Amino acid sequence: MNKRKITVAVTGLNNIDSPGPGIPVIRGLKESETLDVRIVGLSYETLEPGIYMHNLVDKVYQLPLPTAGSAVLKERLRYIASQEKIDVLIPNFDAELHNFIKIQDDLKSELNIATFLPSQAIFDERQKSELGKFGEKYGIKVPESHMINQVLEIRKLEGSMNYPLVIKGRYYDAYIALSYEQASSFFYKVVAKWGYPVIVQEFVTGTEVNVTALGDGKGSCIGAVAMRKLYITDKGKAWSGISLEDDELMAISRRVIENSKWRGGCELEFIKTKKDEYYLLEMNPRFPAWVYLANGCGQNHPEALVKMALGEEVKPFTDYQSGKMFIRYSYDQIVDISEFQQISTMGER
Amino acid sequence: MRVRKNIAISENGFIFNPLTGDSFSVNETGVFILQKLKDGENEETIIRNLMDEYELDASTAEKDFNDFLSLLKSFQLVTNE
Repeated sequence: MNKRKITVAVTGLNNIDSPGPGIPVIRGLKESETLDVRIVGLSYETLEPGIYMHNLVDKVYQLPLPTAGSAVLKERLRYIASQEKIDVLIPNFDAELHNFIKIQDDLKSELNIATFLPSQAIFDERQKSELGKFGEKYGIKVPESHMINQVLEIRKLEGSMNYPLVIKGRYYDAYIALSYEQASSFFYKVVAKWGYPVIVQEFVTGTEVNVTALGDGKGSCIGAVAMRKLYITDKGKAWSGISLEDDELMAISRRVIENSKWRGGCELEFIKTKKDEYYLLEMNPRFPAWVYLANGCGQNHPEALVKMALGEEVKPFTDYQSGKMFIRYSYDQIVDISEFQQISTMGER
Repeated sequence: MRVRKNIAISENGFIFNPLTGDSFSVNETGVFILQKLKDGENEETIIRNLMDEYELDASTAEKDFNDFLSLLKSFQLVTNE
């Protein structure tokens, strides 16, 4: 069968100990049975390992940091589009999504680059700070959460919430505090890295279970695979995990994707309590770094996303294999200084 | 009491629970009991089978069986349904 040739641009090439989803997404695309995908990697830093993975990434361009704003990003993409015919672009970082959502229509109309992202309104709805409202709207249990801007507000919350409390940054990082002293120290740590507000969340005891899912934006859940982490690094990232068969978790996840009319990939993080209740902790607005497990279980989510971005109808996946494991490993690439020089000075390789 | 749906039990005693992602290793006696439960045998029959197979008296067989059953319950491998 002749595979259709397309070019897909992908961010999140930081395949480090706290990995971005870019490389797993690319692996899924490269294993497509119907698409012959050329990959244009989009990087932010010169030491992102994916830049140097020639077997997976065909060409690389540096992007301006998300703080530079959407206009600068658009300008850079205009240059890249003058060099490459990019059919689809998949952003994979939480912090960059706001800019890409803002320019998604222009990318299509001016540069003919398709994306598959939610609207700003739906994106905002599942922000960590809005989790309470999100849970209420879609009938899902969520832990009690409060956004705070001053450390003293923790004292006020002590009246209604008990320790341990979870102190979270607006994009990443979460720390479990057993006392006010710990909570205030974590507060400043989170502020230094991610700014305000800081989220104070009820600590729900149980087993963490995660779902990688894909919505078509019209109310259908195209795919969903559940996973439990088996080994966690000191950064809280899964180094190994196993796919689960949990009908109730699947039903809850589908309900979230369908009712919110989510468009694109996402990760749902739940705690399953001893009473078999599921609490949604977070909905991350992009594929997780473990999305390649979905491929290993029989659901190639990145490929399905690309097809939908190209305007094709994709039938929902109906099942997947449980008991499939992923086990990460680290790998030293040998890179000549000339290649590092190329990306550092020219912004592309 | 029966083994939960979809619990995989291999001949060499490896148990996988796809609902929780947990896996366990049990010895030959464990496999013997789990297979009987999976086949839908009732508890009295399994205890009798244990007595015959391992030459046990009734109270030892019953105690060992109940100990093992509470372990299975705590790991969500069996259900009352």
